[in-house]
Amino acid sequence: MSILLDRESKVIVQGITGKMARFHTKDMIEYGTNVVGGVVPGKGGETVEGVPVFNTVKEAVEATGANASLVFVPPPFAADSIMEAADAGIKYCVCITDGIPAQDMIRVKRYMYRYPKEKRMILTGPNCAGTISPGKALLGIMPGHIYLQGNVGIIGRSGTLGYEAAAQLKELGLGVSTSVGIGGDPINGSSFKDILEWFEQDPETEVIAMIGEIGGPQEAEAAEYIKNHVTKPVVAYVAGLTAPKGRTMGHAGAIISAFGESASEKVEILEAAGVTVAENPAVIGETIASVMKQNAA
Amino acid sequence: MDIHEYQAKEVLSNFGVAVPPGALAYSPEQAAYRARELGGDRWIVKAQVHAGGRGKAGGVKLCSSDAEILEATEEMFGKKLVTHQTGPEGKGIYRVYVEGAVPIDREIYLGFVLDRSTQRVMIVASSEGGMEIEEISAERPDSIVRSIVEPAVGLQDFQAREIAFKLGIEPALTQQMVRTLKGCYQAFSELDATMVEINPLVVTGDSRILALDAKMTFDDNALFRHPQISELRDKSQEDPRESRAADRGLSYVGLEGNIGCIVNGAGLAMATMDTIKLAGGEPANFLDIGGGATPERVAKAFRLVMSDKNVQAVLVNIFAGINRCDWVAEGVVQALREVQVDVPVVVRLAGTNVEEGQKILAQSGLPLIRATSLMEAAERAVGAWKNDLDQNTRVRAV
Repeated sequence: MSILLDRESKVIVQGITGKMARFHTKDMIEYGTNVVGGVVPGKGGETVEGVPVFNTVKEAVEATGANASLVFVPPPFAADSIMEAADAGIKYCVCITDGIPAQDMIRVKRYMYRYPKEKRMILTGPNCAGTISPGKALLGIMPGHIYLQGNVGIIGRSGTLGYEAAAQLKELGLGVSTSVGIGGDPINGSSFKDILEWFEQDPETEVIAMIGEIGGPQEAEAAEYIKNHVTKPVVAYVAGLTAPKGRTMGHAGAIISAFGESASEKVEILEAAGVTVAENPAVIGETIASVMKQNAA
Repeated sequence: MDIHEYQAKEVLSNFGVAVPPGALAYSPEQAAYRARELGGDRWIVKAQVHAGGRGKAGGVKLCSSDAEILEATEEMFGKKLVTHQTGPEGKGIYRVYVEGAVPIDREIYLGFVLDRSTQRVMIVASSEGGMEIEEISAERPDSIVRSIVEPAVGLQDFQAREIAFKLGIEPALTQQMVRTLKGCYQAFSELDATMVEINPLVVTGDSRILALDAKMTFDDNALFRHPQISELRDKSQEDPRESRAADRGLSYVGLEGNIGCIVNGAGLAMATMDTIKLAGGEPANFLDIGGGATPERVAKAFRLVMSDKNVQAVLVNIFAGINRCDWVAEGVVQALREVQVDVPVVVRLAGTNVEEGQKILAQSGLPLIRATSLMEAAERAVGAWKNDLDQNTRVRAV
């Protein structure tokens, strides 16, 4: 049983009739993900990649028993789609969409608080590559073949940098329990800390790798949490040592505006919490491997 | 997106925030004329650039005659204003704002930001106005008042009153302060701002609360629903390469170094820059070409990177996930046949179909330097730049 999703997860794709969504729906099905339907308002009754399309998430949940959703809806409508999933009883939602207005995400987060924590949908993203439990299911856009099945839990803000880490692990013969993209936006569904909680509880995960970057308080908050609550070894890498202050580096969230938000400050804070920090992106895999070896000894 | 002070004041005054009377000028003569129109005998002339720290850099002058206004603005127009926020190249002054000077009793700092910890809008205020917020937090952290706005109901009167009393605003002026705070919040939330800063907000000798300066930044992702805000964009204040990149759907930030970077994904782009630095070089830019590294995109990226005259080597680092290395390699080859690149080019491909990709690069006949790992790529790019005289490594593609 992996975290957030497994082979039994019943997945719907919101915005399934779009070109990218169709492509990735096919890819997810080929990977083994149990895709049971899609939702596009006004296109109920159609079929995409062999699965039925519904007008609303509620209808899709009623007809298919879906409990997970992938949001592929354009930015102006994406926040609304996430709230629709939360309201229909979806348990886990990944939002791929890049470019959602920050205040829309503030409203999404506020809306989700109307549900008590045990009933509240878990959201990862937006602006992420998705989540994969190798060998089980893929809810996102990442290339499945670069992940081996194994015991490293990965949490990352960036898509391709996460691929880089997984590929380095594969090179070393190491696999991944689950890899979770939390996305590059300033307001996101789940933080490093939220996913650390899951990995700490997950029997399949031995070592946790955090792939962070400049900007925002979430790496420092994670460090605080690790110090007090995480017993498993944690490895981290923080991108953006060379990034200048006050400039946004591609991700809306990658901008240094306060103390603890630069790469070197994050490295310092994480190391102080007992995290092993890979000093450059080329050695993320090696660093994880050596920590695993120490842990096994 | 940033806007000018005079634009921010106009926006905020539409939401009930009081500002001093002022007028915009595009020339020294017009500035003097505007001052006469405004009346009074003392005026502040302020260079309109998208940066803070204008006062210390000579972009704000107090004048008490026509002659002084002409002299002060002659100094400004057409010049580059260099402040601690502009970088060494500065920002061009093409507009000047003229305001009647007001008698100041006290100065307050007021800011509205997206607080990423609470994922809400936070109000930050301090009785130490006039200083930059960084200085205030370093020198007088106890003077800072913070308040979080509940997004479902917006800023409430009691919260605004609490801020006013904590700042020591006279009870008679509380209502004015509440109106100012609520106006700013309303503007922030209705117009999808990411930052509103009034520094200073002043209490005048005649008991008025006025915004003496104003800065607003808007969420680029929300501009689609605020066409009237999009119109306030001033391209003269942007780095021309960055705005050209943005128009082409590429995310580019110019830096000081000489190794150009072409990467897919923002995190990997930052990581690539860091690796170059570790290998002893300096990146010339951040460039994320996005997920699909099509030949057109790669060609655009090469044109953009090569438009920086400091670039002495280029590092292409693509992790092909859904797109495949062989497609990306074809894109790189095609781009190098279209764009003239006369510096060494190092290409590192990883991910799907990497062997086929390498083969295409090798068979292209182009003197590309290939690398397999990220570290190797950075070392080769730095090495190629250092051995730039070796003509064999040069790509002469037409």
